[in-house]
Amino acid sequence: MLGRTASNLFWMSRYMERAENVARLTEVGHRMSLTPDVGGGYREDWQSTLTAAGCFDTQGKLGTIPTAAAAQQYLLFDRTNPSSVISCLEAARHNGRSVRTALTRAVWESLNATWIEFGTMSREATGPAQLPGLLDWVRERSSLFRGAVQGSLLRDEGFHFIELGTYVERSDNTARILDSKYSTLLPTTDAAGGERGMHQWETILRSVSAHRSYRYVYKDSYRPANIAEFLILRPEMPRSLRFCHHRIFRSLRRLAEMTDGGSASLALSREIGERLEGSQIADIYRAGLHDFLLDFLRRTAEVADTLATDYHFN
Amino acid sequence: MLKTQAYTSDGAPASFDEMLRPDGTPRPAYAELMKWLGQQSKTSLRQKQQEAEAIFSRLGITFAVYGSAEANEKIIPFDLIPRIISAAEWRFLERGIEQRVRALNAFLYDIYHRQEIVRAGKIPSAMVNQNDAFLPDMMGFDPPANVYAHIIGVDLVRTGDNGFFVLEDNLRTPSGVSYMLENREAMMHLFPELFSAHRVAPVERYPELLRQTLESVAPRHCDGDPTIAVLTPGVFNSAYFEHAFLADQMGVELVQGSDLMVEDGALFMRTIRGKEQLHVIYRRIDDAFLDPLNFRPDSMLGVPGLFGLYRAGKVTIVNAPGTGIADDKAVYAYVPDIVSFYTGEKPILDNVQTFRCSIDDERAYVLDKLDELVVKEVHGSGGYGMLIGPHASKKERSDFAERIKARPANYIAQPTLALSTCPAFCPEGISPRHVDLRPFVLVGDKIRVTPGGLTRVALKKGSLVVNSSQGGGTKDTWVLED
Repeated sequence: MLGRTASNLFWMSRYMERAENVARLTEVGHRMSLTPDVGGGYREDWQSTLTAAGCFDTQGKLGTIPTAAAAQQYLLFDRTNPSSVISCLEAARHNGRSVRTALTRAVWESLNATWIEFGTMSREATGPAQLPGLLDWVRERSSLFRGAVQGSLLRDEGFHFIELGTYVERSDNTARILDSKYSTLLPTTDAAGGERGMHQWETILRSVSAHRSYRYVYKDSYRPANIAEFLILRPEMPRSLRFCHHRIFRSLRRLAEMTDGGSASLALSREIGERLEGSQIADIYRAGLHDFLLDFLRRTAEVADTLATDYHFN
Repeated sequence: MLKTQAYTSDGAPASFDEMLRPDGTPRPAYAELMKWLGQQSKTSLRQKQQEAEAIFSRLGITFAVYGSAEANEKIIPFDLIPRIISAAEWRFLERGIEQRVRALNAFLYDIYHRQEIVRAGKIPSAMVNQNDAFLPDMMGFDPPANVYAHIIGVDLVRTGDNGFFVLEDNLRTPSGVSYMLENREAMMHLFPELFSAHRVAPVERYPELLRQTLESVAPRHCDGDPTIAVLTPGVFNSAYFEHAFLADQMGVELVQGSDLMVEDGALFMRTIRGKEQLHVIYRRIDDAFLDPLNFRPDSMLGVPGLFGLYRAGKVTIVNAPGTGIADDKAVYAYVPDIVSFYTGEKPILDNVQTFRCSIDDERAYVLDKLDELVVKEVHGSGGYGMLIGPHASKKERSDFAERIKARPANYIAQPTLALSTCPAFCPEGISPRHVDLRPFVLVGDKIRVTPGGLTRVALKKGSLVVNSSQGGGTKDTWVLED
């Protein structure tokens, strides 16, 4: 397999995962803007949605307090925003098209049809009434892509580069969501949280589609330490940092076996995995949640850079 | 119920029609199809048409349209009604094509060695040696199996029952084979009943035959299985879909120049394991871009040192550099002589009658009949530098006459051809439209011709231009088995 092909596969799935995550965050932001706030008005906070999505308004297009319409436009349809859904879908397809030969027809068609249909839907469905439908649709298409990958691809090197793209992006996303709201997750906020705290916690869990599964796992009302543990350390939670890093490690180990290479990225990944497995949530709080998350984001980026070098991406 | 009446009342076609005889009865190969067409409704065909377009666009069977930023990928219009070639017609065409490609490869070998054909006075030396498409770097080099043009698309037109003519030989990097294959897939999906009613020769083995052809011309030193790759200029090339499609179907890598490197006298591609040696390159980039050390120094698409390796026999480039000399428009007029010279036989397939303005008598005739002829610049392509006499104004003709007189060797002229028509599904119903045919030929250890080829159709009423850039579409092409 060409190094360039591996790179395209990795970025193809990263962008598809990112499209899904940005769509989910937009949905949560939209939902918030429909919820009355304690002192009147609504709980609209598009700035925090943009931060959690990693969509920084570098050109100052949105003003200090972005309106719902402007923020949604920027998150979904703005081509100058490299993480907007439209940019992600286009980049995913472009990467896929560059390695058409490494994909099955099912995977390619899922990317291509998504791109074509999103163009049509985005012209028709921009009003608030159509927004939830459009966002659901993006998530469905991402699921279809993942399903096509799982159901039709050979378990060769290419599959593992796709896996790596998915889980690097996902762990990055979960860590960023946690970090954007870390102050509401400190143990001291537990009692003082009140209704507003409750609402913030719900938002965090919804941002990773975990508000239902939380109840299954904890059989308890929302508690910040549980939420942090759920999204950082629980191995059964498919968007937790530990789960994602286990998958990253698994794919890197398999690739190392197949290619007799990749030792640097594998070593970094092993180190992150051991840290996550050996930690209790109390340890993380002791060291500082914010510092832990920043360190984690840095290490994840380092794994991505190192694997690009190990496998001759350029 | 669709009436084929609509077809005939369109005015009895002035050209030879593939389906109908002048008396309105179908030719035998089309009898079943015509019956079937009579049973279809416009609505059901329109539905199938939309279904076909949805399939092509979902698969990404597109070509890029240069210069339009908005939608830079389009699907080529596909016409539902197949073009049918009888078994006997195909046997004739196949023999003619084989003879022609054998002769053209012999010609290439000869002009890059002793140039016997020039010595014999069959073709002027200047026509070969001063031609821009002649590549002196190839002199004296023996490519594996002495094959230069491995993948060839022969453009044929038809003007009568036995009137097939070669309009052009494409010996550089002919495209369109992916449409041939995907058109067939789509038709089998849309109209299975037609395939039970006809014995249609399959085309699906093409990728396998292409691979065998490429393997058969591996460098002589290569002992094990040769490693093959398709070299593409990249995702923005108009034929990128085809490059990816063929690599995929053959199970080989699709590479770009930046993926390749020359080291220690061998060609390598950069893989996730480091470097891997390549033996055969099916290149879909032009000669000029192959190797910046030998050809265009500004080329970013090729590989520095590739041509040197090729000449040293370390890697095979398919098609060979320098094949363009044999499909040059000026040389075209000599192909019948080329066929006789190397095969000792009479050409089975004729050229379209061609007047060479470099020859006094022929030029005089061309200048006299400018209002009837098509005049082409010998190095032009895609319709540039061309005069269509019957459609040109008096002023355009007299301007062109001056250009011919100034540089006679630069022009050839041909009669305006009445291309045959074939039924096509058009907004008004089923109507005759002009078609041509590009069969695909593979030359390696042996010659492999895939039955049929790509039929291009001018979907605009009365138009003779089948190019996709000017409203042309494609059809599935059936060769019936006995």
